[in-house]
This record gives sequence, structure tokens and C-alpha cells, in this order.
Amino acid sequence: MNLRKNLIAAAVTALAAGAAAPSFADALIKIDGSSTVYPITEAVAEEFQKAKKNAIKVTVGISGTGGGFKKFCRGETDISDASRPIVKKEMEACAAAGIQYVELPIAFDALTVVLHPSNTFAANLKPEQLKVIWEPIAQGKITNWKQVDPGFPDLPLKLYGPGADSGTFEYFTEAITGKAKSSRGDYTASEDDNVLVQGVSRDKGGIGYFGFAYYIENAGKLKAANIWNGSKFVAPSAQTVEDGSYQPLARPIFIYVNAKSLERPEVKEFVDFYMKEGAKLTKEVKYVPLPAAIYKINAENVGKKKLGTVFGGVPEVGVKIEELVKRETKS
Amino acid sequence: MQEQDLQLIRNIIVRAKRWDAFFGVLGVFALMVGVLTFAALFVDMAIQGIPRLDGDFFTSFPSRRAGQAGILSAWVGTVLVMMVTAMAAVPLGIAAGVYLEEYAPKNWVTDIIEINITNLAGVPSIVYGLLALGLFVYQFGFGQSILSAGLTLALLILPVVIVATRESIRAIPQIIREGSYACGATTWQTVRDHILPYSSPGILTGVIIGMARAIGETAPIITIGALTFIAFLPPLPGAGEPPAGLFDWLFAPFTVMPIQMFNWTSRPEAAFQVNAAAAGFVLVLMTLAMNGAAIWLRYRLRKNIKW
Repeated sequence: MNLRKNLIAAAVTALAAGAAAPSFADALIKIDGSSTVYPITEAVAEEFQKAKKNAIKVTVGISGTGGGFKKFCRGETDISDASRPIVKKEMEACAAAGIQYVELPIAFDALTVVLHPSNTFAANLKPEQLKVIWEPIAQGKITNWKQVDPGFPDLPLKLYGPGADSGTFEYFTEAITGKAKSSRGDYTASEDDNVLVQGVSRDKGGIGYFGFAYYIENAGKLKAANIWNGSKFVAPSAQTVEDGSYQPLARPIFIYVNAKSLERPEVKEFVDFYMKEGAKLTKEVKYVPLPAAIYKINAENVGKKKLGTVFGGVPEVGVKIEELVKRETKS
Repeated sequence: MQEQDLQLIRNIIVRAKRWDAFFGVLGVFALMVGVLTFAALFVDMAIQGIPRLDGDFFTSFPSRRAGQAGILSAWVGTVLVMMVTAMAAVPLGIAAGVYLEEYAPKNWVTDIIEINITNLAGVPSIVYGLLALGLFVYQFGFGQSILSAGLTLALLILPVVIVATRESIRAIPQIIREGSYACGATTWQTVRDHILPYSSPGILTGVIIGMARAIGETAPIITIGALTFIAFLPPLPGAGEPPAGLFDWLFAPFTVMPIQMFNWTSRPEAAFQVNAAAAGFVLVLMTLAMNGAAIWLRYRLRKNIKW
């Protein structure tokens, strides 16, 4: 009886031990994070696996920028997709777990303010007007276009935007209301940008915002507002984002690579591939690539393992990318 | 006088028949709400998706190019996850059902357990996902693997299997048990030789209906972190180095059909919506096939039972 008990106990322990140490030991690169960065990373992963004849496996998840960093700072992923720089809280979580990382800007995303195609009066918008529409005190009060500007017609104002967990939401609120995550709450919020596209395209008084890629795919159904950059109104496009005139709504997006993972040859190879092919693939998935020189500097930073972030955990709006990559990191 | 009575009775009959016909129409209408909704969705999906269905669709990995994208990793993942679900839920569910019917003393503890199992069937699936995230993924360290997903779905369908097992055991006439006990059989002998064989058609139906539900579940699988681009296959069961390698596939990252659909529907390009419709069509066919198999097996097994 006793022997039998011991045997069972041993079997259970063995099972648990086997389970705790998964033996799926193939070369596997785990990536997770922002849905905005996902299309680019997915394209790179697809091409990389093809180039390596599937000898190296890559998984790309979508948990949002914040969700991605949570996993990254627990050491569960090798690379984290991020549509905004890492923030203080996440830096602390990573530091506590002893996770160090290399920060690499990989493309631009232009937040696009979209309107119903019949809307001509709001074709040019200033950030101050967007602030009137979106700031928290507008909640329940600013419900008509004529309240935004006396010149606008008497038309109900209907708002569409991403939910509060999204990096897009954080950046837009930072750029428009001056404080990240500070927004009115009475708008149609969806993490699925297709819902926002449908909403604005069917609503004469609709206004919404999301990434440029979604706008360009649905350009027939929507109209993009020109945004005042301090000296003129600028329409979002690959060119205006690249030359820096589409401001303040253009932002760099990033990948963060775990420094320890970078010691594994397959991860290093993947990141090098990302920097080499990134520009071409970024264009293909309708994002705006960074200037070619930046990818080179990135590759150098990977080579010499430039650890930490250049942002110091504080969100910034309207930074020039050339200036960014040359900055010293703070970790 | 008599003529009048007859007239009255005829009137009553006519009225009763009118109500009868009225209820018939109402019933057909109620039925059609369900059937037509499904038919409309199915036809819409079929019209959109069928042109996209070709051999390549089943043998290609997902891709950023809608025209080249396929469901290979998704359907293989679905099959493997379903295998784990069946292997976990079937023995557990049947054993629990048999215990409750044949062994459990009829007291308040059993009553509480019964109420809880019924309640469990109504718990939203996302709650199972959250439980699984804490328990399987982190506590047991299974990670975001086929094993975690299979066990999560097994928990989800466990109440269905238990309830189906109990219902079909209850349908067995009491005299069968009494006959068995009268010959001196123990409870286990009765269960093994009589209860299980006779209730197997009903149990099987319950298991397959539960599996058909699990195959389309998205929320709990997303919660454990399977919303992922996967362009490779997990190692096939038993393909690794024995003995440890035989179970490699259990710990492999994976994706399943409903997740692949979800991924495609949230893309900007319209061509991916067609892919999603095609994948949805395949998924509905898989479910229909499973339900069809359940009906067929029930007929076959019932024929063999002679009391």
C-alpha cells in the first residue's frame, strides 16, 4: 500500500516536472505587443521564415503595447512590438525582473483624423479644435459641430476612436489634450478599427481617428482632415510624414529586443533581417518607413547593444527621428 | 334543440381548430427565426467564401497577402486542441456522471454538487479563459500551448458531458440494475457491463455536441494568448525523440480556426474579409460534420441495444 502510494507520488512529481520544463526546444522567437506594429512584424516574420526555410519559428501575438510589455518584462517574449516608447512603470517592471533591452524605432505611423466624405467644412482642422472636441470637459457638452467653430454648420457631432488600452489612444490624447489618456469618454470606442471605419463612413457628422494604414485602405469611404502643424495645414501621406511636416500626429513606432535573447543567434539574425528588409516591407503594408540611415544606426545599436530607452519613460510629441536615434539612452 | 346543441359543438370545434392552426403557424414562425437566421448567415458566408476555397487554402500558412493566406496552421491547431479536449473531458465527465448517478449518496452534499454543475454550464466562457490563464499558463507553467488550450476547452465542456452522461444513464430502466444486483454483481460490475454500454449512445452524443461547441470558442483561447501569427506546424503527436519528445506537440505554440477568422476580420484590406468568410464556412462545416456524426453514431449504437 505504502509502496503504491510512493509510486503514485513519484509519477505525479515526474509529470509535474516534465510539464514545468517544456521540451519544445526548436529555435523559436516569441514576439508580442501592439496591434499597430503587428502588420510590419508579421510581414518581416513571414519573409524571415521563408528565407530560413522554416528552420527558425517566429510567433507574433497581439496583446496591445501595454499587454506586450507586461509579458516582455516577465521574460516571456524575446521582442515586444510597441506603438509608443516604454513608460516609467514598465521600465521599473523590467528592471525588477532584470530584463534589459534594445530600443529600435522601425517605422512611422500617422494618426489620421477621418471625416464623412461629404464633410467639407472641417477639411482643415487645428489641434486646438481637436482639443475642444476630445478633451474630458467636452463630455456631454460639445455635441454639435457649431460648438467647435462658429463657422461650422448645425450638425450633431459623433465621435469614434480606439479604446483606452491602445497605444494610438495614448498618443492621440497626449498630442491633442496634452496629457496621455486624458479624453472624453462618451464616444464609440472600439479596438477593431474596421468598426470605426464603418461608423464614420455612415455618419454625416462623424469624426474619428486611427492609423494611416486603415485610412488608406478605406480612402474611398472616408476623408482625411488636414492638420495644422503650426505654419500650414498638411494632409497625411507617406511624403508629409517622412519630411516631418505632418505634425503633431505622426509618431515613430518601435520594437524592443530583450538583450539576453539577442545573444541567441536566431534572434540576432531576425533583428538584422528586420533592419535590412524593414523599409521595403513597411511600405508594402502601407506604413511609412524611416529614412534609410536610421535602419543603419539601428543595426549598429544592435551590434554594440545600446541598452535602455532614449525617452526616460516620459511620452513626447513631435520628435524628429534623426535626433531620436542619436540621443543617449537612459535606463 | 338537438340541432342547436350540435351547432354549438361544431362551433366549438371550429374555434378549437382555428387556434390549433394559429399555434401551428406561430410554431413554424418561431422555428423559422432560428433556422432562417442560421441559413442567412451560412449562405452569406458561403457566397463570400466558397470562391476562395481551393486546395491551397488548406495547405497554406497565414500570410500578409490575402490571396496567398491559408488555414493550414489553424486547422491543424484546431484538430490537436480538440484531441486534448476530448482526452481530458471524456474520461473526467463520464466518471463524474457515473459517480453522481450510481454511487453518490442522495444527500445535501450531492445536491449542492449537482446545482454547481448546472451553474457551471452557464458560466461565460471568458471566465474559463481567465481561470486557465492563471492556472494552466502560469501556475502549472504550461505556457500558451496546445495543452493549455485543450484543457481550458475541456473544462468548458465538462458540464455538458456530465449532464449528458447522467441523462442517458437515467434513461436505463431500473430493472436492468436490479437484475444485475440480483445476480450478485457489484456496482462497478453493473456499471461496466450494463450501464456504460447502454448509455454510450447518449454519452457520445453529449460529448460530440460539447466538442462542437468548443471548436468555435474564441474568447477563452484569446485570453490564454493565442491571438498570434503562426506560420509553422507544431511537431506531430509522437514524432519527437522518445520518451520525452513524444509530448513535444502539447507544449507547442498554436492557433485555431476561430482565432484565424478573428485575425482576418480585424484587417483593413477587404480581401481578408473574404478569407474570414471562407474560414468561417469551413468551421461551420466542421461543426455540422461533428453533429452529423453524433446523430449517425446514436442511431447505430441504439440499434445494437436489445433489452
